[in-house]
Formats: sequence, structure tokens, C-alpha cells
Amino acid sequence: METVLTRAGIWLVIFILAIAAMGAAADDGFAVHMGIVAIAALLALGVTVTRTDYAAVANGIIKAPADPSRYDDDPVRWGVIATVFWGMAGFAAGLFIALQLAYPILNLEPWFNFGRLRPLHTSAVIFAFGGNALIATSFYIVQRTCRARLAFPGLARFVFWGYQLFIVLAATGYLMGVTQGKEYAEPEWYTDWWLTIVWVAYLAVFVGTIVKRSEPHIYVANWFFLAFILTVAMLHIVNNLDVPVSITGSRSYPLFAGVQGALVQWWYGHNAVGFFLTAGFLAMMYYFVPKQAERPVYSYRLSIIHFWSLIFLYIWAGPHHLHYTALPDWAQTLGMVFSVMLWMPSWGGMINGLMTLNGAWDKVRTDPIIRMMVMSLAFYGMSTFEGPMMSVKSVNSLSHYTDWTIGHVHSGALGWNGMITFAAIYYLTPRLWNRERLYSLRMVNWHFWLATAGIVFYAASMWVAGITQGLMWREYGADGYLVNSFAETVAALHPMFVLRAFGGILYLTGAVIMVVNVWATIAGKLRTEKPMNDAAYDAEADRPLVPAMAN
Amino acid sequence: MADKRLDEATNTETVGHEWDGIEELNTPLPRWWLWTFYATIVFSIGYVVAYPAIPMVSKGTEGMLGWTSRGDLAKDIKATSDKRSELVAALAQTPIERLDPDSDLMRAAVAGGRAAFKVNCVQCHGAGAAGSKGYPNLNDDDWLWGGDLKAIHQTLEHGIRQPGDDQTRFSQMPAFGRDGILSAAEIADVVSHVRTLSDLEPKSAASQRGAVTFETQCSICHGPSGEGMREFGAPNLADAIWLYGSSRDDVTATVTNARYGMMPAWGQRLDPVTVKMLAAYVHSLGGGENFVEQAAEANAEPAEQETDATN
Repeated sequence: METVLTRAGIWLVIFILAIAAMGAAADDGFAVHMGIVAIAALLALGVTVTRTDYAAVANGIIKAPADPSRYDDDPVRWGVIATVFWGMAGFAAGLFIALQLAYPILNLEPWFNFGRLRPLHTSAVIFAFGGNALIATSFYIVQRTCRARLAFPGLARFVFWGYQLFIVLAATGYLMGVTQGKEYAEPEWYTDWWLTIVWVAYLAVFVGTIVKRSEPHIYVANWFFLAFILTVAMLHIVNNLDVPVSITGSRSYPLFAGVQGALVQWWYGHNAVGFFLTAGFLAMMYYFVPKQAERPVYSYRLSIIHFWSLIFLYIWAGPHHLHYTALPDWAQTLGMVFSVMLWMPSWGGMINGLMTLNGAWDKVRTDPIIRMMVMSLAFYGMSTFEGPMMSVKSVNSLSHYTDWTIGHVHSGALGWNGMITFAAIYYLTPRLWNRERLYSLRMVNWHFWLATAGIVFYAASMWVAGITQGLMWREYGADGYLVNSFAETVAALHPMFVLRAFGGILYLTGAVIMVVNVWATIAGKLRTEKPMNDAAYDAEADRPLVPAMAN
Repeated sequence: MADKRLDEATNTETVGHEWDGIEELNTPLPRWWLWTFYATIVFSIGYVVAYPAIPMVSKGTEGMLGWTSRGDLAKDIKATSDKRSELVAALAQTPIERLDPDSDLMRAAVAGGRAAFKVNCVQCHGAGAAGSKGYPNLNDDDWLWGGDLKAIHQTLEHGIRQPGDDQTRFSQMPAFGRDGILSAAEIADVVSHVRTLSDLEPKSAASQRGAVTFETQCSICHGPSGEGMREFGAPNLADAIWLYGSSRDDVTATVTNARYGMMPAWGQRLDPVTVKMLAAYVHSLGGGENFVEQAAEANAEPAEQETDATN
């Protein structure tokens, strides 16, 4: 009972502080954000007071699911739904800004212009869609591979809801123009502080679960998750060191200025790719691919070597984003050579994933989820080759600032991150909601082909656009003068921009099919269709190891 | 806990661990993978030796090749400017009005001007120099301040209404409405009259009244029949070209608040040869006029002509 009172008290204090901050706000953006915080605190207060099972409180097991012989999967279920929801928001925003680039008339001032929607898109897909997928799958995987329930169940729930609040603050901030203008780190100081609290709680839940594991060894997926959580914490804090102008206003100024600021920003930005979008998703891959293929992981030794080489090398590669800038030459060189050396460590993950199918390659034909995983790994391999190649300075002198970079990012994001996440969602949904199977495996197949075709249109059009752009920028006429004006290069790209948006439509359509499928599966429906292969699931075996009951 | 066993499908031994049914094979590292990894490391060491790479106390190592990105850029710029040096020297010596339209020098100047235009001018005048509201179209033969090479050059070099340049093109139309010179009704009449000049409106009682006001207030600069006057940059009101729009609202706004179009004095920003090239390019766009005094001054020395030009 005291815990309930304490928690209710904390939420009430946060609510009052938020209302006070709203009243004292120096700008509209800050006032709106504090209003959102107040609403969130009020909701949390309501939940704390009304949802408390007083009988359970009496038993001293507040918030823990009743049956200790099952895994604590509530936050995972919410996470799957949040992943699907934010994924749709992020893909739709992406399609809209792709159309804005092709048809500038769609820039609706001031809230829905490209400048505000672009960070909304990137944050929605990376942090909302990808982040929720990572949190949900990490909670799922760490429990299974440790044969232990989540440590600190209340904190795990705080992580989920706290992270959603972070997303809402970030997204509404972008639309109102509240931004610190750092790519992939746009949210202002108070949102950053909030995320720091949530992230430390996440680390505590994850490490706590590993500490109380019933397995003698820590599975490779958990190494990757831990590297992801720890490094993202470090990156987030260092890149967001700044001084608020006022504690009741949304503006702040960063601690690092000029070229130092740029270097810190790209150390952060590149490792957001390296540890958020690579290490974290490799962790998903290391669990779901062997589970779905029902095969042992290809090589334990490779997993050790590529894990350590990957995390050691990635952290140095950031300066390749600043080739041919004011960044000193020596730093550019180091950024390039570490990127080149990163090629094989990255491919180690692809090899371990693909070769895990040894002895089960027939499943690529029969199991649409395996098909998605294989395509995902193929795009992972392609973009982790393309990345080191683009970091080579002579290649970069053509590709830098062009749409080639956008194409590269999306072959990784749509192909690798998107596909592996879809596969994980399709794996998780029937298991989490105790359904016999997905509503429809045939629809997974449709999703697979639409997404693949979408990526092909996206990546191919951006390669053509990027190289066209790079060549037009540097084109000299016979008389020794530049041939093209910037506006002419933009005009030349119009058809490619339209094709890119078409690719986006295909990808979004595939995702809509996923929403229907996941929805129907949760609702308990089964589509009558010609069966396809899927991995077996034994709900009885999917349990934590419960030490002989003390009572 | 599963112990080491032989996986039948791959004939490989497992490591012996098991998590939630997942085992791991003890496959050795693929040789091609390992050797490629080593190769990238060897390449990187070589690259680090050859190029600036290791940060030391006061600056980084310089690398055996002595390459720097600034040096590389300087070399590229020098190579380009060397290629152009002959042309630049020739243009520097030739007064703008003496550029022979059919010469190679003129063609080279137009090419250089086209490149400079794309960097400096397209933002306002558009990629095709067709202009937009408030920014004149440079392709037609309607010139506010004159369309021969020398006049265009003067406009470019000193700009339009640029503070700090005493040779800048300058004039200022009164804000007839804002400053209370004319009443709203009088302005409406003048607008009617102005619009009849280019047949946008039929003649009416209002336009008749406006004609009288025009005579006293406007004709000093725009001429009695509204054909404009280049010494004041006063546009021709009797043609179909409207810099700020021809609708009643647009013309009323112009008469009420006046306009104050500006252009930078490019002589302060670009080198003299580039300004000449720009003049040649703009002149070549289609509306360029012949320099009428050319014959009279043909024998004069270049230096004297510079002086004449400032008269």
C-alpha cells in the first residue's frame, strides 16, 4: 500500500511541476510539451490508483503477472502494437516527404513543411518503430535466453510508457519547430533528459534480467543488446550536452561548437546507425533466425570475433560523414580506414545469419517469414558493403551530399531493419497472444514481395539520382566553367523523385497488409488458405525455469 | 543442458550450449572472410602511412605522400584558372563596348558569364533568366536601365539602389497613397488610366480623370504617353510587360506604396572580368541592344573610355 502511495505521490508531484512549468513557459512549444507531460503524469496517476489490485498488493507481488511460471510478456505485447503503430506513422510521413520533394506544392506551411516533417519521419522510423521493436524484442529474447522473468517488472512498464512519452514529445516538438537542429538528435534538452531516465531504467531491467538468469552462459543476442543499450546511452548523453537558455523554455545551446560539434554529432549519428540499427537488430537476428529456421547458429567462433571487431571498429568510423569539410585531414583518414576495416566484421553477422539456414534452405521456398529474414540479411550485406565503399574518399567526393546517401540509408533501413522487424513481428504475434498461427501466411508473402519491390524502386532510383546529381555538380564545360546551376540538377532529378515515392507507396502498402494481418491474428481470426510452412511452437516449453517453489 | 553433439545436416559439432532451443555450431571462421578482413587491415595501415592520419600533440602526422585536402583543392583551382588565364587577360584589357559580337573572345565571355550567372543570379532571375514578380526577365528587349553592353555592365557593376555605391542606378517613385500625395479615389483613377495604356481596360470616365492626374504626377518619369524613361529606370507602362503585375490590385499597390527593387553591386563582390562576362551573357540572351556610341568612341584609348563611361 505504501508503494502505491509513494508512486501516486511521485506522479502527482510531476503533474504539478508540469502544470507550473506550463504556466511559466517562455515559449509556446515548451508550454505545449509541459501540457503533454502533465496529461501523461495524470494518466499514470490514474492507473496507479485505480488499477492496483489491492489483493495482490497485500500479497506483495504488485504488478507482476500472477503466474510465475510464465514469462512477463505484457510490455512485449504493447511493444509489438506500438511498433506496428509507429511504423505506419513513420512510413506514411516518409511517403509524404518523398512526395513533397517531387511536388513542392505539398509543403504546407508552417507545421507540415519538409523541414519539420523530415525529422518527424526519421525519428518515427528509427526511434519509434525501430526503438519499440528493439525494446519489445529485447524483453522477449532476454527472458527466453536467460530462462528468467524480467527483473523489475514495474520499471519495465515504466520503460515502455516513458519511451512513448519521449516519442510524443519529440514528434510534437518537430511540428512546432522545437528542435536543436542536430540530425537524429533533434529533441530539445528536457526531452533528452527524460530519455536518459528512461534509458537508464531500460539498462537496469535488461542487466537485472541477465543477472538473475538460469542459464550458465549469456546468449550472443544479449551481447548485442547490451552493447546497443550501453553505447546508445553514452552517445545520447555526450551528443546532447547542452545548456538550456531557461529552465522554462524549450531552447538550449550545445556545449561543443564548430567543427568539434560536428565531429561529436557524427560520432553520435554514425553510431546511432552502428549500435541502434546494426547491433540491436543483429541481436534480433541472432534469436529469430535460428528459431524460425529451427537450426543451430552457423558459427559460435564467428559470432565472438565479429561481435568484438564490430563494436571496436564502429565507434571510430563517424568522421567519414565529414569528408572534405573543415574536419582535419587526419580525422577524415581515420574515419575512412576504420570504415573500410568494418566491412568484414559487419558481414560476419550476415554470414552467421544466412549460413544458419544450412540444412534448411528449402524453407526459403516454403516459409515466407524465413524469406523475409533472408532478404533482410541480403540487404544488410549489401548496405554494409556499400557503406565502407562510400567512406572511401574518392568515392565520397562523388557521393557526398547526393541522394546516393539517401538510397544507401534506405536499402539498410527498409531492407535490413524493416524486413527483420516485420519477420520478428510475424514470429511474435501468434506466440504472444496464444494463437494457433498467424491470420494469414499468404499475406506475409504479399507483404514480402511488395516491400522488396518497394525497396528496389527506392534504392535504384536514388542510386541513379545520386550519381546523376554528383556528376552534374562537378561537370565542367569545354571552356572550363561549371555547366549546371543547382536548380537544374534538382529539375533533372524529378523523375527519380517520383519513382522513389512510388517505391514508398509499395512499401507502405505492404505494411498496411501487415497491420491487417497482425490485427486479425490478435482478434483470433484464421484465414482459410492453402497452408505454408511456419516454425513449430510449444507453448508449454516456453516458460522460465522456476527454482523449486519455496512456499 | 545439451552437450556437444554432431549436427547431422552440416556434419559439424555444436559448442554444447543451448538457449531456448538454440544451439551453436563450432564452425571455424570462413577463410575468405578472415583473409579479406586481414587485407582491409593491411590496406588501412598502408593508407595511414601514406596520408595524414595520427593526431600528435600540436598536429597530425602528414603522411608520406604529403597530401592535404586544402592543397588538393588549391591545385584543382590553379589548374582551372591556368586554363582560363589567357581569356581572363584578354577580357581584362578589352573595354566592354569593344567586345566584337562575333569574336571567339565574346563567345568565351558568354560561356563564362553563363557559369557565373548560374551561381550568382539564378536565385532571383531564375535558371532561364526569365525572372519572376519583382525580378526582371532578362530574355526580352524591355530594359529598365538600358540594354546595350555598356548599360548592362554599369547596372551589374554598381547594382540598383545599392547604398554605399555612388554610381548605383538610383531613382525612387513616390508612394502616392502612403505619403498622402493622392487620395484613394485619385489613385483608382490613375490605375484605370495606366491600364488603358496597354488595353487592359477600356477607356472610361475614371480613366479620363486619371489621365489628368497622370499628366501632372507621373509623366515626368514615365513620359506623357507612359512609354517610360531609362535615365530614371522608369518602366514602360504602355507595353504588355509588368514587373510587379498588371492586375488592378497590383497596380494599385504599386501606385500606393511605390516599389524599390534592388540588385547587389556585383563590382563589390566579383572580379571585374567576371562582371564583364556576366554583362556579355545577359546581353546575349536575346534582348541585347547595340551600343550606339560605339563608332564615335572607336578610336579612343581604353583608359580614356573608362573615364568616359563614368560621365
